[in-house]
Amino acid sequence: MMPTKLHPALIGFTVLVFIFLVGPLVIILGSSISDTTYLTFPPQGLSLRWFENIFAMEAFRRTMMTSLQVAVISTFVALLIGIPAAYALNRHRIHLPGWLSSFFVLPVLVPELVLGFSLLKNVAYTFNAPLMVSLIVGHTILILPYVIRVISASLASFDFSIEEAAVSLGSPPLKTFFTVLLPNVQSGVIAAFILAFITSINDVSISIFMTGPGLSTLPIQLLAHMEQFFDPTVASVSVLLMLLTVGVMAVVERTLGLTFLAK
Amino acid sequence: MKRFAGWTLASPATLLILLGLVAPVAATIYATFGTPGGPFATYQAFFSSGFRRTVLMRTITISLAVTVIALAVGFITAFVVSRAPGWLKSVLIIAAVFPLLTGVVVRSFAWLIILGKNGIVNSTLMNLGIISEPFQMLYTQGSVIVAMVYLFVPLMILTLVGVLEGIPDDLIQASSSLGAKPFATFMQVIFPLAVPGLIVGAVLVFTGSFTSYATPQLLGGEQVMVMGTLMHQQAMVTFDWVSASTIAAIMVVITIAIVLAMTKIARKLNPMAV
Repeated sequence: MMPTKLHPALIGFTVLVFIFLVGPLVIILGSSISDTTYLTFPPQGLSLRWFENIFAMEAFRRTMMTSLQVAVISTFVALLIGIPAAYALNRHRIHLPGWLSSFFVLPVLVPELVLGFSLLKNVAYTFNAPLMVSLIVGHTILILPYVIRVISASLASFDFSIEEAAVSLGSPPLKTFFTVLLPNVQSGVIAAFILAFITSINDVSISIFMTGPGLSTLPIQLLAHMEQFFDPTVASVSVLLMLLTVGVMAVVERTLGLTFLAK
Repeated sequence: MKRFAGWTLASPATLLILLGLVAPVAATIYATFGTPGGPFATYQAFFSSGFRRTVLMRTITISLAVTVIALAVGFITAFVVSRAPGWLKSVLIIAAVFPLLTGVVVRSFAWLIILGKNGIVNSTLMNLGIISEPFQMLYTQGSVIVAMVYLFVPLMILTLVGVLEGIPDDLIQASSSLGAKPFATFMQVIFPLAVPGLIVGAVLVFTGSFTSYATPQLLGGEQVMVMGTLMHQQAMVTFDWVSASTIAAIMVVITIAIVLAMTKIARKLNPMAV
């Protein structure tokens, strides 16, 4: 069968779109290694001093650690409660009300800014809860739908009769979970972990409300720095975040194949 | 027993969303009706302020522009990607996923370097002698739109590639062998089959733009205030929480209304879809 022929104009347009998509990121990369004290592209002289500068600046070091902590904890909690929920939705679908799966989509529907503000106003402020706790709760809620969706997708192709066989042969529930179910959805769990982690690390809209004395996340610190200074430090932090993305994509490619993300 | 097991497993996630999302957001919205001036006083205040009406209209205009441009660009690109040979398709999808996994702050920052006073566009134009003074491109509606299109095109491509891949080549060839010109095939075969995907993409992009914060803050600043930046300013700079809550409530209502309306339209257009 002959594939559909594409008009050269369509191909030309697509090339331009991909230049548009990748170009700005190349520009950040170039600016980050410039020797100048101001942001410029193409770089004037090569230097890695702006990368050193990140680690010299206390604010960046501190917020980087906060972001990593928040991302690890909220991803872990989201997996801990998201995996059972996804399992229940697939295994016990007929015993659960139909609206429940839509209910888990709510965090996508409600604007992130509104969630962030509401957590500040009605959780952190009213109950005097520490901002860090509200921040982790917010991030966990934000990433929960991704976790449930990705795990559900991998459970959809799981044959639950294997699990029943294990149970009928006398395997206790937890052992069945770790030896039968988990190995079968392993790649889904890894993908969910990565998507959740990267979403949390990059979040602005919830974190912007959870900053206080001594507490801020890396993207918020970046925003604040950009509004005051215009030096290549921000470019080098951006490059570090892009390297993180590259690492993440490599793991996704190994476990699921990146085309998975297009589904 | 089975029902009990299902609920037990689903309850931690259900409780978290109930207590961490539904209750706080409901409380925020509820509080807007309990002000001394009467239940709708804060909304009257919002809509009687010319500035706030302008912000609302500007946010809608920007979101619509971003949605329309991202739809057009994303649709054409996704069509070419969906017809690309296997290896090239993977490369293109990776090139679209990469920006998507890179944070909003980083991607908006790129446009500060490009559109800034000493940015690439200005320095190139000045070096070429086309302009003598740098162009003011930042803090305009245009720069916010460009940066947001940049943000959402990859999302649109990924949403549409899957849909367009599902249209068999035979169908397109049947159409052309029956004498349809490429444009007619496009409009009468490909486009109608892609409508559900286009609607999903449009909803994601519109609601995403409508409620965005970082991009308008960086590229628009005070001059191009939108609902998100205005809400943040009211909450965290002027500490007018009633006004911030009102903006939050308006954003929730508009977002949910758009999602419901578009889902309804999608169902009507395609009764086969869920």
